[in-house]
Amino acid sequence: MSYQDKYEMVCGVETHVELATKTKIFCACTTEFGGEQNTHVCPVCLGLPGALPVLNREVVNLAIKAGLALNCEIAEFTKFDRKNYFYPDLSKNYQTSQYDLPICKNGRLEIEINGESKSIGITRAHMEEDAGKLVHSGESITTSDSSYVDYNRAGVPLLEIVSEPDMRTVDEVIAYLQELVQILDYAGVSDCKMEQGSVRFDVNVSLRPLGSRELGTRTEIKNLNSFAAVRRCLEYETERQAKVLNKGEKVIQETRTWDDSQGVTLSLRTKEEAHDYRYFPEADLVPLKIDPEWVERIRATLPELPAAKRERLKELGLSGYEAGVLTSSKAMADYFDRVMQNYADAKVVANWIMGDLSALLKANNRSFEDCPIKPYQLADMLKLIKKGDISGKIAKTVLEEIYTGGKDPAVIVKEKGLVQIRDQDALEKIIAEVLAQNPKSVADYQGGKEKAFGFLVGQVMKATQGKANPELVNKILKEKLQIAY
Amino acid sequence: MRIKAEDVEKLALMSRLELTEEEKAAYTESLNASLDYMHSLTKLVTDTVEPAVHVLPMVNVFREDRVEIGLDHKQALANAPEAEAGSFKVPRIV
Repeated sequence: MSYQDKYEMVCGVETHVELATKTKIFCACTTEFGGEQNTHVCPVCLGLPGALPVLNREVVNLAIKAGLALNCEIAEFTKFDRKNYFYPDLSKNYQTSQYDLPICKNGRLEIEINGESKSIGITRAHMEEDAGKLVHSGESITTSDSSYVDYNRAGVPLLEIVSEPDMRTVDEVIAYLQELVQILDYAGVSDCKMEQGSVRFDVNVSLRPLGSRELGTRTEIKNLNSFAAVRRCLEYETERQAKVLNKGEKVIQETRTWDDSQGVTLSLRTKEEAHDYRYFPEADLVPLKIDPEWVERIRATLPELPAAKRERLKELGLSGYEAGVLTSSKAMADYFDRVMQNYADAKVVANWIMGDLSALLKANNRSFEDCPIKPYQLADMLKLIKKGDISGKIAKTVLEEIYTGGKDPAVIVKEKGLVQIRDQDALEKIIAEVLAQNPKSVADYQGGKEKAFGFLVGQVMKATQGKANPELVNKILKEKLQIAY
Repeated sequence: MRIKAEDVEKLALMSRLELTEEEKAAYTESLNASLDYMHSLTKLVTDTVEPAVHVLPMVNVFREDRVEIGLDHKQALANAPEAEAGSFKVPRIV
């Protein structure tokens, strides 16, 4: 029995996204990923006494940009606060964050579920610093005698985006997250490299009896770093809560952790205390005043966002599915646009990008960000097909050649002698030979076996290494079969 | 509002301080004295005063987004009570 038979899920998500700055939020240390432990640090991000933070202007620019992309109101006045708690990934024993005056609030984004659109509210988005990274000596935090702290990540700028508890199914949650990450990717506010932890999710989830309007007790599962983890975690946690409720027990409001290897959520409760962050204004940083001109300056730099792009692609005659796939990453969508500048047949371009080119990239573990085939090269190749210089089949070979050698398609076609044979006389000669060599198939065809025709076409193609123009082959073959025999 | 012994206990826990019974009693008293003193502010009429979020009349102090070299590895770990494999080593967390 599934929880859905008796309960409705209510879920909201806090998304932490690392902003794409060169330096940390309050100091000049690099934000580069993957350095040796504790080498991107300074007195500020190590929280050494007496060190003073100074806000990175670019963090504010990107926060405003993200806010605008998410249809938020941008605060005219905003400030930082200290969120106090003891945890070793935080060297100062407080996190510099924003409390009652976040930079962005009251936004929303649209998701599409089973062809229907639904609006998900964004309560707020605020700037804060990332914490350091913990490595535990044992298998997990609960079984380790000690842990190791790397502060390279401490002070990397984050935007925490808090959704309303508007999601009712796991699919809606995933759709929200995908749309959110796509928007942030398009807006260029983050590199959105999930595998490097650039985007992390905390989910708040509760169940309530079907039809009930009251909210149930929720749990919070922190630090999920992929869509797949969110899905599995929610599937587990909803069933767990349903079992608790079915036994007539109460769900305990608490923070839990997701154990990916075991596929379970575990309580992180400590006897110590209820959460009490004792927020207060950060006296080391002065407040921010954001005038409308600043906001408009940033708005002018916003690129076309995924929803608008999908609509535009549909207007070009693509299906909703095609538009969805092509806009799934900004790099792919940009690639499509650039090919279209030189070859404006949306269907054809979409087919090649989604089909052969995607497959080629996937087989080589690459993405459209570092695609070795330049958009103009793909466009040139499509022109060769259109002109009839190469067949669609030969084009696949040409595509691979461009991929590996980087040469332009016209050069490859010439060098490899791939130009399609459209010379009527030449083809007639070849076809005559093929017919002479295959008297049985000829007889079969004339005896009514249509299949034999395909075989003969295949033989012609084989004889020309696939270079014969297929329409011409069909035409000549038919003529010869009718007249000569 | 009066500070009670439980409040001091909670505050001590949140601040990771271990207090003796005598200290708890002493802090309860001194915290209440401080609160009483601050309470005199409520006599002021502040209806027309904007809530202050900062003592300095300043806004918008920024750094540009340019990388500078910070501490080297050795300096970074110099004050660590325990360090291992390039990292700060801390005792069991939960």
